[in-house]
Amino acid sequence: MAETLDYSWPAKEKRRVIGKPLPRIDGYAKSSGRAKYAYDVHRPGMLYGALLTCPHAHARITSIDTSAAEKSPGVMAVDLMARPGEEIQYAGYEIASVAATTLEQARDAVRKIKVAYEVLPHLVDERDLAKAGSRAKASGEQVSGDPDQAFKEADVVSEGFYGIPVLTHCCMEAHGQVIEWKPDRFDYWPSTQNVSGVGGDLAKVLEIPATNVHTHMEAMGGGFGSKFSHDRIGETCARLSRKAGGRPVKLFLDRSTELEIAGNRPSFFARIKLAAKKDGMVTAWESESWATGGPGGANLPAGSLPYVFRGVPNKRMTHTSVSINAAPQRAWRAPNNPQLSYLTCAAMEDLAAKLNMDPVEFFHKNLEYAGAPGPDVFRAQLQKAAELAEWKKLWRPRGQSGPGPVKRGLGIGFNMWYGLGHASRALTRIHPDGSVEVEIGSQDLGTGTRTVIAMVAAETLGLPVSAIKVKIGENAYPPSGASGGSTTVGGVSASTRKSSMNALVKLFEVVSDALGAPPGELEAVGGKIQVKGNPSKSITWQAACKKLGTKTIQEMGENAQRGPGGLINGGAGGVQIADVSVDTETGLVKMNRMVAVQDCGLIINPKTAESQVYGAVMLSIAGALFEERIMDQITGRMLNPGFEFYKLPGIGDVGEIIVHLNVEPEHDKRGVIGLGEPPVVGGIAAIANAVANAIGVRVPVVPLTPDKVLKALEGRA
Amino acid sequence: MKKKKPEPGVTRRGFIRGVGLGSGVAGAGILETEAAAAPAVQVVGPGPAQVTLKVNGKQHTLNLEPRVTLLDALRDHLNYTGAKKVCDRASCGACTVIVGGKAVYACNMLAIEAQGQDIQTVESLSSGNKYHPLITAFVENDAQQCGFCTPGFVMAAKAFLEQNPNPTYEEVKAGLGGNLCRCGTYIGLRNAVLQAAKQMKGAANG
Repeated sequence: MAETLDYSWPAKEKRRVIGKPLPRIDGYAKSSGRAKYAYDVHRPGMLYGALLTCPHAHARITSIDTSAAEKSPGVMAVDLMARPGEEIQYAGYEIASVAATTLEQARDAVRKIKVAYEVLPHLVDERDLAKAGSRAKASGEQVSGDPDQAFKEADVVSEGFYGIPVLTHCCMEAHGQVIEWKPDRFDYWPSTQNVSGVGGDLAKVLEIPATNVHTHMEAMGGGFGSKFSHDRIGETCARLSRKAGGRPVKLFLDRSTELEIAGNRPSFFARIKLAAKKDGMVTAWESESWATGGPGGANLPAGSLPYVFRGVPNKRMTHTSVSINAAPQRAWRAPNNPQLSYLTCAAMEDLAAKLNMDPVEFFHKNLEYAGAPGPDVFRAQLQKAAELAEWKKLWRPRGQSGPGPVKRGLGIGFNMWYGLGHASRALTRIHPDGSVEVEIGSQDLGTGTRTVIAMVAAETLGLPVSAIKVKIGENAYPPSGASGGSTTVGGVSASTRKSSMNALVKLFEVVSDALGAPPGELEAVGGKIQVKGNPSKSITWQAACKKLGTKTIQEMGENAQRGPGGLINGGAGGVQIADVSVDTETGLVKMNRMVAVQDCGLIINPKTAESQVYGAVMLSIAGALFEERIMDQITGRMLNPGFEFYKLPGIGDVGEIIVHLNVEPEHDKRGVIGLGEPPVVGGIAAIANAVANAIGVRVPVVPLTPDKVLKALEGRA
Repeated sequence: MKKKKPEPGVTRRGFIRGVGLGSGVAGAGILETEAAAAPAVQVVGPGPAQVTLKVNGKQHTLNLEPRVTLLDALRDHLNYTGAKKVCDRASCGACTVIVGGKAVYACNMLAIEAQGQDIQTVESLSSGNKYHPLITAFVENDAQQCGFCTPGFVMAAKAFLEQNPNPTYEEVKAGLGGNLCRCGTYIGLRNAVLQAAKQMKGAANG
């Protein structure tokens, strides 16, 4: 029976739950403060941990003396995380940890640890490639077509320099955990994007059986790509617990260490040269780029430039990876894509300005070169975005914004992403009392995972959302993938659809005789099981479940890794248009409005989907106008490891945001596509282009803070 | 809304008086007279001292080092974990609670300073299935994603609406500028606060 089941989504007009803008089911728990995050876990006899980190960007440890710390009041355990002789590659690297009865005592003890270092030369600033010396590693040229010939034959050539600095993830809940390591049981409360996997990974390092590990996570305070691993802090927290006789230990990074080491996004700088014909068609791309992501540098993935406009026929690219003494990069919401989108869209809009072309017309033409989701989708989105941004009414050619010190401008940015779904297993149970639960070893990063699971199960079983109990956040549940790459909604919606339908078929078999129809002729609608299309031959959900006697139905459903299966898909795209005002006397950029048009296939919950786009746009505004990691080459330290100086936008800084999700049948029929990442990609490009349009000159390196805007206006950029 | 000035348990003036008393400086006559007239000052610390906090109407007596912040006292000693620790430097607002009618960053106030005042945490805004209109408005407008900053925003919004019961959209944008959200829920937040303002006014009139 099961192998012939048609799992496909119900036709749009037949959906009763999917597609409704429902509030998230864990909303009350979060807003009322009842939701328990790892940082909120409080265990009897719990100790508090603190870390000692390296103050030097590059150093060798010559000695460590923890004797005073061990005797410090309240101290129950000390753990060494580095050894004498070890070479440290960045400031903030963890050297030792302490667990004590109170947090204050743990911090006192940490201050008593004596570490001697041999300080070594460092490089922490990659912006000037000429100063990188041997830390810069150039990779070979990537050439396609005949760029030399194309530049020779070009009607217009445009050249520019563009840069985007390192950002840090800034999760509101710091990285950390509570661990209770008893001889035969290891309880682990991490803040993680990887509930099913992270406990087993840690068990391997600690050499304990995976069967002992119990991972729990009710809620988590943001990850953005930085919380896949247990990290070194997880290992040391475990050892502290064991050394303290199995007492639970809470250890989280403090805010400055969090910003220094717990994840950052690589920078990207590039000199870009474009060739075009008079009609605006780009004929060649040449770029020399460099980037850093910490000690390991940062590479340019092959074929990733120009972004979106991949079909440009003649290309030459060189890239240099710069290794610096700062903490290693981690995945950051759509890794590399925001940087590549900015470099590409900025260089192209500069070319459009040189051609005296309206950027909408220019991009429309060059979308001929677009990869997935293809020229037609992007062109329709561009047209829609231009309409919502009132492009025809508000756009002026570059630098012709009109008199007065405050100049208004519009700019465009593009995004694309892969999606599909991660490997996910779900278990649906239907109990004799009519109650239903779905168990998945997944996690909610704030995207609304619980709500999506409940809605899919409710739709499938013909029940209201309130009838579904969703259980996630435990590694005891069926394994589901880590939340990365916008694959969670695809994974859990497909596995939930399958497990719930498999369970429903079992219930159909039980009531088939009573309804006088074979299971294949039955359907679940509006809290009833009925003969298809015949509501007069029905039985209530409760009465049907009662027939189970004492036997609970328990069925699995599975989505294969990145497997398209009719339910889900990949390859989404979007267009964003920014509308800004720039005060040319103060250099201050103000967001008026951002329009985001996005394709994401079948939308399960438009309310939480829109929230994803709002949030992504807000992150773009942060990256375009506010945030950057500032490193000091003299001390080797990050100068702004705190929210006083690492600037994030507040509620008054983001202007208005108009979200338009493509829900047309040609998008809907593709199935579910993850939305976490694509809308975060194009915003920086759109805002930077809007500023150039407003003030008539390019401000080459984001964030577009007043000092940089004024420098560009004075011709000193 | 009557604005109350915070009255910390240990004041700078009180501390100076205490020092003056014991140091026997020349011309101590005036100081001594003044000190005798002043109420007795209790000098506490650096070891643990008895601290009494009135949280959501309930008195709690704790034994805390004077350096313990109100936030750590609430979270680690009383298990009120709605207020979150994020920046620990009064720059993000995730720890916002209401002390003496005013929104404060609990990470930036010592527990001993909060004695004798009404401390209100987000936990006071719900009971069983009953929720304050602000919480309902946050849920209905999806003014949350990961939710870690959300309780702080709820409390900041509560204090804001108590002082500005009829805010405009622009006033909401200025009034909640002391809190940060990394997931980007600002659009939902603005709408939630405006909706709650309407509903709270309706409830007050009805």
